[in-house]
Amino acid sequence: MTGWLGPLLVERAIRLCWLAPLAAVGLFILVSNAPVDPIEAYVGARTALIGPEQREAIAAAWGLDQPATTRFVLWVRNVASGDFGDSILYNAPVVTVIMDRFPASLLLVSLAWLLSFVIGTGLGIVAAMTPGSRVDRAIRAYAVVLTSSPGFWVAIILISIFAVGLKMLPSCCALPPGTTTAEATFWAQGRHLILPVVALSVTGIAPLVLHTRARMIGFLESPPAQHLTAHGASQRAIAFGAGLRHALGPALTVHLAGAGELFGGSILAETVFAWPGLGQATVRAATGGDAPLLMGIALATLLFVFVGNMLADIAARLVDPRLRWDKSR
Amino acid sequence: MTDATLLLETASARTNPRRTARRRATFAFSLLLSIVVAAAALPESWLSVDPFARRLAPGLLHPFGTDLLGRDVAARTLTALSNSISIGIMAALASTTVAVALSLAATLNPWLDRLVGILTELTLGLPHFVLILMIAYAFGGGWTGVVIGVAFTHWPRLSRVLRLEAQTVAQSDYVAISAALGRSRLWIAQHHLAPHLVPQIIAGFVLIFPHAILHEAGLSFIGLGIEPHIPSIGVMLAESLRAVMSGLWWVAVFPGLGLVIVALSFEFLGESLRQVSNPTEGVA
Repeated sequence: MTGWLGPLLVERAIRLCWLAPLAAVGLFILVSNAPVDPIEAYVGARTALIGPEQREAIAAAWGLDQPATTRFVLWVRNVASGDFGDSILYNAPVVTVIMDRFPASLLLVSLAWLLSFVIGTGLGIVAAMTPGSRVDRAIRAYAVVLTSSPGFWVAIILISIFAVGLKMLPSCCALPPGTTTAEATFWAQGRHLILPVVALSVTGIAPLVLHTRARMIGFLESPPAQHLTAHGASQRAIAFGAGLRHALGPALTVHLAGAGELFGGSILAETVFAWPGLGQATVRAATGGDAPLLMGIALATLLFVFVGNMLADIAARLVDPRLRWDKSR
Repeated sequence: MTDATLLLETASARTNPRRTARRRATFAFSLLLSIVVAAAALPESWLSVDPFARRLAPGLLHPFGTDLLGRDVAARTLTALSNSISIGIMAALASTTVAVALSLAATLNPWLDRLVGILTELTLGLPHFVLILMIAYAFGGGWTGVVIGVAFTHWPRLSRVLRLEAQTVAQSDYVAISAALGRSRLWIAQHHLAPHLVPQIIAGFVLIFPHAILHEAGLSFIGLGIEPHIPSIGVMLAESLRAVMSGLWWVAVFPGLGLVIVALSFEFLGESLRQVSNPTEGVA
């Protein structure tokens, strides 16, 4: 039954074995060529207080006086033993910083993922039931408008309406000011999630709507659907009954493969809402010249995208058994 | 009656996509041109800080209002959009060139094909925005960083389409017959390959443009893009957060809306160009 899963996992493991090192080399070249002086980034405002000898001492301690290739070999050796270096800004190991902040981002991304899945497929199915109608055209136009709207702008508009205008929802952070996770009630935490999740879900809706719509139209025109219609089933019953599996399977695949993009969007959403997640750390690392943290985050997102794609492939095979033994895919 | 509706349907199906594409192209390019011309014609003084006109709501003198420092939002939005457009065009040109070069290389040589495959896989391995961010960081941010970052990351989608199309045509019977009849490779490329690829390239170029300007805005928003002293939608929106908190909604609404309209006009144009160039493809 699951004999197809093993070969798939092995194939993916092999792919990761060449993808991750190549990506690491590419990212290392990018980061080490940045015209950011790591010592300058480290000392920050105290730059006038340290002399050239101290700079040399820091450079020697960090191995900055070594050529790039030597530094790369050192970095790889450390990474192989689980040490991704220390973040300059957070003054803590990169792995700790990422692990501390990943849960908050994962919560945001997965809720936004779920919300856009429900909205996207729902609208797609409704549009497919009456292709060419006013409803269908409105939904498709809505999807295209969403693709052309920057998510962070939508976020600011949401703040302007619901936080400033109506004063219904908080505009910032994950918790009420001055409280800790233990103190805040479930509802207080939930309230802080609403706006960020809605803003972030915008990113994923459009492709889902168009994909689900195309799949569902394909099914509604197929002989099985015609057969059901001939027996008196209504369009809605077919679409939400037998058609659901035909449309949801591929939609799930598309949406899982797009989960990585949601993570990209969360960088902007977290900046708007001051959400204490990985996206915020990414922005701080990039603007503050924190090269080790940036490297760590980039590799972590690579893994995130990879897992998303793999889950997408597994989901596709679970839903459509024909794909399981298809070598061409 | 059924015959008449059938006739009507085929007639509209044949003419509509082309007419829609032409209408959308006229709209998109006149919008583009009027923004660039208006921004260039704008007097410098309209962009300056006016301490006596701070926090004004939209009105006759300032159609989009003024911000916390008393700068006219309409004038800044126009200049910013014009900057976005030039970055978008540069990015679309660069990414289209890369896509064409890589897909041609991939069609010519199986070794290069594998290499291009690996490069594509690497580029798609990171979330698109994270990759742009890393490249912009490597070039020190600013105008240079954002242009390079946005320009060299938008090619994979188009290069995949082109590679598939080129390989399908190259393996087709009529190309084999053409070659057997003694036509040179150049003649085949000109007469069989180009007519298939050129419309795809144009549609791809137009579709890259809106993505590029949206990514540029995002990068400027987090402070890694265009320098803050040059008007850009991203920087304006980043600065607008404080104003929005004190109820100045217009500081955020209009710049973003301008960006959405520009992006939208090209998204629509690109979609209809794709439909025109590929009649077998469904609407989605």
